[in-house]
Amino acid sequence: MTIQGSFQILSVMAILLALAIPLGVYIYRVFTGRRSWFEPAVAPVERVLYRLIGVDPTVEMDWKAYIKSLLLLNFVMLLFAFLTLRIMGHLPVNPDHVPSMPWALAFNTAASFTTNTDWQNYAGGSQMTYFGQMFPIVFLQFTSAATGLVSAIAFLRALANSRSKNLGNFWVDIIFALTRIMLPIAFVSAIVLIALGVPETFLGSQTAHTLQGATQIIHRGPVAALEAIKQLGTNGGGFFNTNSAHPFENPNALSNVIEILLMGLVSTALVTTFGMFLKNRKMAIVLYVFLTSLLLIGAFVVYGSEAAGNPILTHLLGIRGPNMEGKEVAYGLPLTSMFVSSTTAYSTGAVDAMHDSLTPLGSMVPFAFMMFNMVFGGKGVGILNIILFLIITVFLSGLMVGRTPEIFGKKIEAKEIKLATFALLVHPFVILVPTAIALLTKTGVASMGNPGFQGFSEVLYAFTSGAANNGSAFAGLNGDTTFYNIAIGLVMMFGRYVSIIAMLAIAGLLTMKPIIPASSGTLRTDTFSFGWVFMAVVFIVGALTFFPALSLGPIATQIQMWSLHLAH
Amino acid sequence: MANVWRSIRFTVILGILLSVIYPLFVTLIGNLVFPFQAKGSMVRLHGHIVGSQLIAQKVTNPGLFWPRPSFVHYAANGSGASNYGPTNPLLVKSVAANLKHDGVSPSVPVSEIPPSMVESSGSGLDPDITITDALLQIPRISKATGIREESLKQLVAKKETGLYWGLWGTPMVNVMELNLALERRLSQ
Repeated sequence: MTIQGSFQILSVMAILLALAIPLGVYIYRVFTGRRSWFEPAVAPVERVLYRLIGVDPTVEMDWKAYIKSLLLLNFVMLLFAFLTLRIMGHLPVNPDHVPSMPWALAFNTAASFTTNTDWQNYAGGSQMTYFGQMFPIVFLQFTSAATGLVSAIAFLRALANSRSKNLGNFWVDIIFALTRIMLPIAFVSAIVLIALGVPETFLGSQTAHTLQGATQIIHRGPVAALEAIKQLGTNGGGFFNTNSAHPFENPNALSNVIEILLMGLVSTALVTTFGMFLKNRKMAIVLYVFLTSLLLIGAFVVYGSEAAGNPILTHLLGIRGPNMEGKEVAYGLPLTSMFVSSTTAYSTGAVDAMHDSLTPLGSMVPFAFMMFNMVFGGKGVGILNIILFLIITVFLSGLMVGRTPEIFGKKIEAKEIKLATFALLVHPFVILVPTAIALLTKTGVASMGNPGFQGFSEVLYAFTSGAANNGSAFAGLNGDTTFYNIAIGLVMMFGRYVSIIAMLAIAGLLTMKPIIPASSGTLRTDTFSFGWVFMAVVFIVGALTFFPALSLGPIATQIQMWSLHLAH
Repeated sequence: MANVWRSIRFTVILGILLSVIYPLFVTLIGNLVFPFQAKGSMVRLHGHIVGSQLIAQKVTNPGLFWPRPSFVHYAANGSGASNYGPTNPLLVKSVAANLKHDGVSPSVPVSEIPPSMVESSGSGLDPDITITDALLQIPRISKATGIREESLKQLVAKKETGLYWGLWGTPMVNVMELNLALERRLSQ
């Protein structure tokens, strides 16, 4: 670790905050009906879309109508995606003659991209046609991110409401999210990525006669359009097999920085939006301080651990220096570490280094961030998880001081706590139970790519990634089996929809409650001392739930590595 | 039922906007403004496409610079990594094999060889090497081509990519750029 390296990490974080805070203000304005300079350009397009889709923008929805529309649309998109993947080999724009997907893989892929997970059991370049990369992949990367975003907006409206059922209009919200936020940012960043070297062409593979006279077939395609929304929508499903480690997805250090910024942008912005809905700037500041610190601690743990290298290679072969297995030279260790930390904090799942080959301590950061699932988190659902933990914290503090818990001026009662606890418990349940089942089956164990504890880590990582809707992998695991395709597919759907439904149900309850003005008896949530309690709750819940599993995985591997033992 | 119909219309209409209009527009602008990058940064020697500046290719000729080891044998119609964990015996085996074929003079102690030179890249197509990596290859290239070591060092220095904006990344050099410069010099 060097001072220059540390500065690389800190500078990216500073730029991210500087861009995200104004964006958060803009997002607030978009969803509260304020006019913006952008409006004259998009309003006519939106009116056409309303007419073509059959949306009446004046309709107001309560939480049930909102969630029904959301789930129905997600189901229809899932179905369209599944069918397209099953027949894409016969559809046009397939210059490299890629075949259609078998049903289990098609189900896994459709579920994965609809739930904003982007776990990929297929190899990007060789198992997906150009048509498939655009529809369903790019389409779902936009719409799944927009789905997450609008569910957060509906919740925030409920917090700001006082005795009103209205959470907004789902169809208008999702169209706004696309036309006013995601499409413009994605378009500009796609062009910037092309300038830096990301290809964008429908010409098909290039056959090159190499300097040594051999033949090299170079796969390429419309990469930049996908890359931009893949990062911006906290999706993470890449065009190529090795994702953002592939030089065509991420050509150099600058593109690496841009990809980190893109994946962090909206989730970081939503903390500001949250503060604006509550009309409480201090709350946003407290969250920024704690969440930014967590993200940076993660980046520095990865950086330190990878810079220390692999003592086994030093001991057996005499190699000294950082762990470079599965990493690219161009990004440098500090920015690679920042990427590893961000991609799991922001629940994106893009990788610019192979997580399976990280040092075990370094890989603890992605594990922990996916298990917490609230270090800023994925698009929209991140802020929902943060609020979920805030509610639990308020409840626990309320018990300790013997007071009726209230949050943001609204009383928290038994119903809300039951729903919150349910949403909280689903996450570990859909990680640990399927992991246990996989370990008990022959097919589950046979997919492991590494021996010993690392093999266990691969399975644990797969279900953690699915449940957190992250999508990154310990890619040594062969996930393209009927068992993993179905199991991970289901875990992704539970991880996504159970928490969204529970949180919108809480929104439905909170929106009807009056806002009680704060008094001297109110337990304030916008203080740093409350922030510390919040952190303690996150750590205690996370540690108690996941420590046993982690100690069999990365912790055991780290001890093994330190004691210079090889796995067998 | 109205919502089912609405959802289908949404998927079709937005499918056209996001999966057809958006990528075509990006392709159009991208190819107009940055045609070289948009087609994959393909580079030519004597008029023929010899590869992409961004994609490593297999080089074993002692008179050229070698890229980092690739677990997928530089297959650019795929991409891939070993995904070996840090305690996997196969990792030690593969790094030991790479050490044997690193093309560095045996007089150089292993501890001075940068790990990136003997550990496989994440993509299997990493087009860049560190400066140390390039400098360690110079004696071999000089011997094979007869070009003086001094002038090879100057070439590496000339092609070096520093930190972006003096801040981000790591000092490195692109293997394809080095090799094209070498080939052009040799064919003169």
